Parts: sequence; C-alpha cells; structure tokens
Amino acid sequence: MELLLVAAGIMAGLGFAFGLILAVAYRFLRVQEDPRLGLVEAALPGSNCGACGQPGCRAFAETLLSGESKPSGCSVSSPEAVERIADMLGVDAGQAIKRVARLHCAGGKAQALNFAEYQGVSSCAGAGLVGSAGKSCTWGCIGLGDCETACTFGAIGMNDNGLPVVSVDKCTACGDCVVACPRDLFEILPADQHVLVQCSVPLSGADATALCTVACDACGRCAQDAPGKLIVMHGNLPVVDYAAGGAASPMVVARCPTGAIQWVVGDQFQEQAPLRVGGRQHAPVG
Amino acid sequence: MASPGAGSGPGTFRHGVHPDGAKEATEHLPVERMPFVERYTVPLAQHLGAPAIPVVQPGQRVQRGQLVARAAAFVSTAHHAPVTGTVVSIGKERYPSGALVEAIVIDADRFDPQMLAPGPAADWRSVSDKDFMALVQGGGIVGMGGAAFPSHVKLSVPEGKGCDQLVINGCECEPFLTCDHRTMVERPDAVLRGVDIAGTRVGCKGAVIGVELNKPDGISSLQAAIERRQARIARGDNDGVSFPIRVHGVQVKYPQGAEKMLIKALFDREVPAGKLPLDLGYVVNNVATMVALAELVDGGSPLIERVVTVSGSAVRRPANLLVPVGTPIRAVLDHCGGLTAQVRQVVMGGPMMGMPVATLDAPVLKGTSGLLAFEEARDPLKEAGPCIKCGQCLEACPYMLNPSRMGRLARAGRVLEMEDWLVMDCVECGACTWVCPSEIPLVHLFRSAKATIRKKKAAEQAAAKKAGGAS
Repeated sequence: MELLLVAAGIMAGLGFAFGLILAVAYRFLRVQEDPRLGLVEAALPGSNCGACGQPGCRAFAETLLSGESKPSGCSVSSPEAVERIADMLGVDAGQAIKRVARLHCAGGKAQALNFAEYQGVSSCAGAGLVGSAGKSCTWGCIGLGDCETACTFGAIGMNDNGLPVVSVDKCTACGDCVVACPRDLFEILPADQHVLVQCSVPLSGADATALCTVACDACGRCAQDAPGKLIVMHGNLPVVDYAAGGAASPMVVARCPTGAIQWVVGDQFQEQAPLRVGGRQHAPVG
Repeated sequence: MASPGAGSGPGTFRHGVHPDGAKEATEHLPVERMPFVERYTVPLAQHLGAPAIPVVQPGQRVQRGQLVARAAAFVSTAHHAPVTGTVVSIGKERYPSGALVEAIVIDADRFDPQMLAPGPAADWRSVSDKDFMALVQGGGIVGMGGAAFPSHVKLSVPEGKGCDQLVINGCECEPFLTCDHRTMVERPDAVLRGVDIAGTRVGCKGAVIGVELNKPDGISSLQAAIERRQARIARGDNDGVSFPIRVHGVQVKYPQGAEKMLIKALFDREVPAGKLPLDLGYVVNNVATMVALAELVDGGSPLIERVVTVSGSAVRRPANLLVPVGTPIRAVLDHCGGLTAQVRQVVMGGPMMGMPVATLDAPVLKGTSGLLAFEEARDPLKEAGPCIKCGQCLEACPYMLNPSRMGRLARAGRVLEMEDWLVMDCVECGACTWVCPSEIPLVHLFRSAKATIRKKKAAEQAAAKKAGGAS
C-alpha cells in the first residue's frame, strides 16, 4: 500500500514539475503572433496555388502583414475579397494587373501535319518521349491535356482541335500549366496585352510552314510594323516586349502571312485558324 | 576479387523474364550487304552528348569514309560519309523519333565503285591514352548494343581506377535480334582482335565473352577462334597480346545483356546502384563494338556501317543486313521485300527496349541493332486495367524495384513521389511491362516520370543558379 502511494507521489511530483516548466516556458518563451494573421489567412482563398510567389496562403498573409506585398498580389481572390483584406489591414489594395496563361502554339489537329499514330500512355509527358504523338511539329502542343489535368481551377479545357483553351475569367496565373507542359509552351502574360505569338518553331520559311499552316515563317513583318523595339526577331521567332506597354492596335499583326502572331482579346482560339490544305497527310506507316 | 567464372555452370541473375526469343527467322541467315541507295542522312547527334560539328559544305564531294563532322566535346563522336557522293545539305532532317534534328544529307555517286580505301594500320599500342581516345573518338566508334554511348568514354580508365576483367557482351537477350549472333558466328577473329586491342589499352588481366546459351554456334565459333589465338600466342604471333580470353555461356533470360546483370552472371558480383562496372574493375563492351574497333585500328575504317536485323511479322523477307549508317529506314525495309499491308508498327532496336519509329524517312543510326515491323499492335482503345497488386512485376524487375507501387503513383499523378521509390534507378528494360497481366504500360510511365523529374531538377538548379548569381 505504501509502495503504491510512493509511486503515485512520484508521478504527481513529475507532473507538477513538468507543468511548472511548461508554465514558465509559456510565460517567457512565448512568440507573439499577430492576431490578424489568422483572420487574413481565413480571408484568402486557401488554395495554396503559389501564384503570388509565396509557398502558400499563410506565407502570403505574413508578407501582407509585414507590408512586403499588397492584397492584390493574390490573383485568385475576387476584387471584393481583396478590398476586404485591404480594409482589414488598413492598407492600399494595390493595382492588380490581371494575368493569364497563354499558349505559344495554335497548331491543332486541323493545322499541324500528322504523320504517325501514337498508341502509348495518354499524356503529353509520355508522348513527348516518342516524337509528339505523331505530330510533325515536335515543338508544338502535343494535345493530350497534361495542362488540363494540372490546372486546379478548371480553367483549361481541350477544344475539338486538340488545343488547350485557357479561360481568362477562371485563370489565376498560378503557373501549374507552365510546369506541366513538356514543350514549355505556356507563358503567364498580362491579360491586357493583346499581341501574342502563337508559335514556337525555331525554323524559318518553308521549313516552318511545311509543318503547320499557322507556323511562324520568320518573315519579320510584325517586327517591322511594330513601333520601336516592341517586337524583335530572335531565333526565327518574334519576341514581344510586354514591359514596354504593348502594342496599341492590331495593325502590328495585320501583315502576318500565316497568322502565327495574333491580336488576342479574351480566350485564345476563338476563331478557327486556317485549315491545312489536303494532300500532305502521310500514310500512317508503311 | 572473385575469380572469373565463379561457379562452373551457366550463371545468371535474380529475377528477369523469359520472352519468346523469336530469333528463328534470322539466326541462320548470313549477313548480306545492303545495296547502296540514292540518298543518305547522317544526324549529327546519334547518342547522348554534344552534337558533332560539320566540317563539310553543301555541294562538296566526299569520299566513302571521309570525315564529315568532328566531335564537339568529350562525350561526342565524329561522323563519316557512308558513301562517296555529294553533300546536298546540312539542316533539319527527321530523326526516327519524328523530331527534326541537324543532319548532313549526302547523295551517293551512282557511278562510283564505292570502294573503301584501306587506310594504314593505326598505331594503337605505343600512343598515349589521350591519342588513343582521339583515335577511337575520331573513328566515330560508339557502343553498338543499342544506346550508342561513345566507346572512347568507356575505354578510358580514370586515374585511381583499374580494369581487372574486360567483359564482352554477346548475350543479345532482346527477342528477334540476331545481329550480334551473326557477328560472333561469322567474324569471331575480328571480335578477338578488338578484344586484344581494347583489353591491352584498358590494362585488363583477362577478358570474358558472355554469350547466352541459345547461341551454341556463336559460342563454338568463338571457342575455335580462341584456340587459333592460343596457337598464335604460342608462336609469338599475336601482336604481343597474351591475356586469356574465355567464352562463358550464360542462361537465356531477359535482360541478361544489361551490363550489371551480365557481371552478376559471370562473376557473381553485384554492381551497387549508382556505381559503374568500372568501380568493381570491369569494363563492358558489345561484340559488334569490338569488330568496329578492330576495323578502325587495322584497316583505318571508321564506323560507317553496321549489321541490322530486319524481322517481325510484317516483314516479307527477314534478314541480317550490313547497312551503311544513314540509309533511310524505308529503303532497308523495301530491300527486305517491303512490308505487308497489315503493318501497324515499326520499331528500331529490340521489341523490349526499342523505340517506335515515327517516320520511315528517318535514317538507320549507329545504334540501330534491329528494324522490326509488326502487324499486331496494342489496341489503342483498350485501356490498361487497374493494378491488381499481383506482384509479378516485383519478381520480374532485375533491379529489385517496385514497379507496381511506382505505376500506381504515376497513374495517380504523384510523379514526384516516384523518386522516393528509386524510379531513377530504373533502366527501362521492360520486364515489368512484359509480365503485367493488366497490361499497364509501366515502362512508358516510368520514362515520362523520369523526364518530368529531370526537368524539375534542371529548373530548380537553374533557379538556384539565378538566385546565387543575384545575391
């Protein structure tokens, strides 16, 4: 009986001693956390998409509190939600430039020449290892929808032509599609920039147009027509300097002989690109 | 160090599979020379490493065997004109995968006898290591088992490492292929001459030729050649080379020809993951590479042609052909009577590890061991079934990986987690895919996962470099 009491006493003593340590630690080693952090985090969408450049929503909330970033840096939140957070913190919401993922390729099934039949794993990553699912242009969109799978916001849908259409309204510019594309065809661009090069072929002239009706043949007319150095030719492709403010009118793309550079308002591929002229389709194999 | 041939019986490795060899169609057919065709395409990059740099101009006349592109880096090899003729263009041409790559196009001179002028025998013995490497690299010699890795890299033994045994791979464990088999039957003395040269240069104590037991004529042919070599050594007439060469039969099992599997079978030693055979004192080379090396050293003849097995259900006249590198695949298949109307797929290499050919206009490469055409192909509409966790792939994988687990991760889109399951150690032999009762294309999933992981790592490295440069 006495032994039992001793054991119980020791346990109680240990409990009291550790409790005391915890109490002291709580009193003196406490890290003060801004109470607004939890509130701001709750006001953020919680998708942890990374579009703001931070690893997740909580990390972004911390940068908001420290003033390193502005509420509009969250491209997923609606304008109202941004305003609410700005009010909560008493800061300026900041100017949000709506950005979207744009595809630098317009060569769908109807435009790019196809010369082989692909029977492997139905993913761009898989098809990219053995040609491009039979597409003659191995720089262009493979069309098996890895980006559609990667998009957590349901903003990408494959159209009948085998090209991904990014919904400008739904796209949060998180960049998951940029990573998913094995051909690196996506770029996050400001939505108010309308000049878009929809081709990534490093070839010029007939070599390029032999692959696809909407290939850039590197003629350079767009670079000539653009004011200043807005568009420069680099590696047989026009490169648009979006930082310079962009082109004011669709005139810069008007003389493009193939339609590789486009004036895009809203979603891509709203208009059907010119179809391939028949007769170049190779027999499958043999 | 374990004595060569530990265990007297035919060695083998753990796991592996037994696909139907399907070599009957061509294994008894002597190698015949493919007639010259009109146009040849020589891609500047035919293996890992830097593309070669062209040294000829369009319009220039070239002789058969003349250097047309020089090596650009250490892991890079030279290319030579496969025919006498005129350089038509240097530009983007189709690779067998369908990609457009830089290549030299040469039109053959149809009135030229296409004789290869015998060059002087190269001094291979007294030159420095560096000069020997330059000789092999300049001769365009690559491993001819399939991957076409530059041979001079494999034949250079770095400081601090030594070669105990030179291992010559005559397994040819891929079904259908018989090019190495015919090489061993028809040119055993050239194989041994190459072994003499390579073995002396790497400083080995002996050489072992591993041959699967389904090639008894190959083994007996090599054994007869070894006896002739012994007689020459006894006469003091073997160019001063006297290390022992043995032929060792190994069990018929796939992938017996993978170099780590072959070392396990011959010496009962396992090469650890992430290590090379050289770390254990072995240098592994293919039999056909030895012939190419002997021809380069003795005849001054660079690697401009190779033996290709043309077989498969859609080929009218299967054959073993000596084909100039750069010959269009279409011309080779036409020479073999063309393809049947029901052809569904053309594969370059063996059926287990070979790659599908996207266009028949692409050329035969230095690493093309076979051209196989099949009437049967996987029904593209038939979806792979779910993994039933039967574990057959675990028992098939010679590298003791867990293909089932990795396959399920890949299909769930959790590609990056596959690295924890050692997907980067997968050599893509295809044994798991071959046994899978649910017909899951495991190797294809692993290949794409490896590409994705490599891409992510490269992006991270670039980002780290950028951050490091900025700070």
